[in-house]
Amino acid sequence: MKKLLFIAALAVATTASALAGNITVKGSDTLLILAQKWAEVYMGQHADTKIQVTGGGSGIGFAALQNQTTDLCDASRKAKPGEIANCIKAFSARPTEYKVAVDGLSVYVNTESPIKELSLAQLSDIFTGKAKNWKDVGGPDLPITLYSRENSSGTYEFFKEHVLKGQDFAASAQTMPGTAAIIQAVSKDKGGIGYGGAGYGAGAKHLLIKKDDNSPAIDPTEENVIKGTYPIWRYLYVYVNPALDKGEIGTYLNWIRSDEGQKIVKDVGYFPLPANLRSN
Amino acid sequence: MGIRRGHRAHPGEWLAEKFIFLVSLTAILMVFLIFAFVTREALPLITGEVSSAAVQPVIPVADMDKIPAEKLRIYLELTPSQFATMDHDTKKLLMETKVEGAQDAPDNKDAKINTIEWRYLLFPYQWSGYDKPVYIWQPVSEIKKYNIIPIVIGSIKTTLIALFFAVPLALGAAIYVSQLASPKLKEYIKPAIEMLSGIPSVVAGFFALIFMATVLQKVFGYESRLNAFVAGIALGFAIIPVVFSIAEDALTSVPRNFTQAALALGASRWQAAWQVVLPAALPGVFAAIVLGFGRAIGETMIVLMASGNASIMSGNIFDSARTITATIAAELAEAVFGGDHYRILFLIGALLFLVTFLTNMAGELVMNRLKGKLEGKK
Repeated sequence: MKKLLFIAALAVATTASALAGNITVKGSDTLLILAQKWAEVYMGQHADTKIQVTGGGSGIGFAALQNQTTDLCDASRKAKPGEIANCIKAFSARPTEYKVAVDGLSVYVNTESPIKELSLAQLSDIFTGKAKNWKDVGGPDLPITLYSRENSSGTYEFFKEHVLKGQDFAASAQTMPGTAAIIQAVSKDKGGIGYGGAGYGAGAKHLLIKKDDNSPAIDPTEENVIKGTYPIWRYLYVYVNPALDKGEIGTYLNWIRSDEGQKIVKDVGYFPLPANLRSN
Repeated sequence: MGIRRGHRAHPGEWLAEKFIFLVSLTAILMVFLIFAFVTREALPLITGEVSSAAVQPVIPVADMDKIPAEKLRIYLELTPSQFATMDHDTKKLLMETKVEGAQDAPDNKDAKINTIEWRYLLFPYQWSGYDKPVYIWQPVSEIKKYNIIPIVIGSIKTTLIALFFAVPLALGAAIYVSQLASPKLKEYIKPAIEMLSGIPSVVAGFFALIFMATVLQKVFGYESRLNAFVAGIALGFAIIPVVFSIAEDALTSVPRNFTQAALALGASRWQAAWQVVLPAALPGVFAAIVLGFGRAIGETMIVLMASGNASIMSGNIFDSARTITATIAAELAEAVFGGDHYRILFLIGALLFLVTFLTNMAGELVMNRLKGKLEGKK
């Protein structure tokens, strides 16, 4: 029975490789639009290559990578040790990690709020529930409503790790299904505050962020994010089974990290990689 | 061609009959399969085989060849066949990931706690950084906190609000339509109410999120725009047709001579409906409410969109709430497959399944007994 299964698996594997030029990409919803745009432009230039992009979440991407149902896994966070272990169990090697873009997170408040800047420590107090009123952080006497992302989102984890320094979000934080939903909620709520990708801006205003009380307040512009002076930013990743990282897939991975691929990153609203991380 | 009594089944009819029988069997089989699958995924939790502690004991990579094979296999979480076929280098890679995992582990007094033990799932605990014992659902965290009480309360809260809103309306409508309305009016009202069930729940949720939340906030003036109350009302609209059509069925199945006897004794139509027909159909009305409960607690999309999804321990209906269904829908996509979080989600899924299964069964049983009683079988 085992042997039969093995032969069947082998047969599937060979048919898959016979269709070389077919690349499947799965994973993070944060990266979905960017990945689709990359695929679209690349397929326009290489008529014989077909790229299929699906979202679902970074976790879904890693699961597909270890089940070998996808070639590339998009992720808005680093792989967890458990996921790496699962990959090793599946294909006896660590998945190769590529940084493919930079994302700066903005903090949003209602356009009518007089608050213009906050420090990381103040943000942490607000989102852990220590500061419950805007007057605690130098604003008007108005209760703060927190808008957060679902805990399945890579953005949520990133914010928790880098802004809250591992502390828990206040239980009263309402969770929204996406950055657009957060902005919509904040734009309707004078006491609201939320966070999300830098790409979306209308309806609410973003704050300038200070690393600590003495440092200057920084605007999340491309220049500041790439230089690293804006404190809330992260890399976006693509993971691949090293055995597949050659031929068509290797070329594609090189291309998305080239100057040409990185130009598209900018069009979609994320920030391109610094020159030393790009491929030539 | 008329129908002859006791004619032999045509081969085609025989085939069709058996086919339908098989289909109904598959339905039962599916229910069992789903339940078996859901509980199988949650089983290691129930038996306490796995540990979610952030800090796990680590064996240095250099000691790999010194420890017994069976111990190594358990340490690396491999099945015997996986262990037998895996080469030495791959095992070494796995050992390295274990060490990395330990290096990432937080420096925290709770890091050694296995947070998926029952006492952490059901009872409050004072985690580091908190000033009192709390019920906390924070599954993505340095110390993963899986207390399911806040989301159970969220589910119960929204469901009860939905029932308090929907049951009086649906019952009133059912009494009116079955007892008081003229046959012509009935022809319009009944399909109109049942049409409510044709609204896709995602559309109802969208409507609640954008429109109802704003209107209700203006009327009641509470603080948080999305909350258990908004979700409960929207959920109410989803269960009105369920409660209505079952209650209406029960009321209609009360024999006509009950009403006629009451009217002959000088009761008004209203008295007959309220004091004779309704008590006779009471078990059916109860079944309608129970089935409405099952539908409300299992509904996902509306609560996901309109409840705000904050897992607060609070009895206030104007606070945001997170339900079991919304939690599963929102979190399953990112949970590490086969991990603790994944298994906990299956556990609460199994819990939900059990609750809806039992309520539906109770509803059906009561309904059947009522039918038997009214038809004079008992």
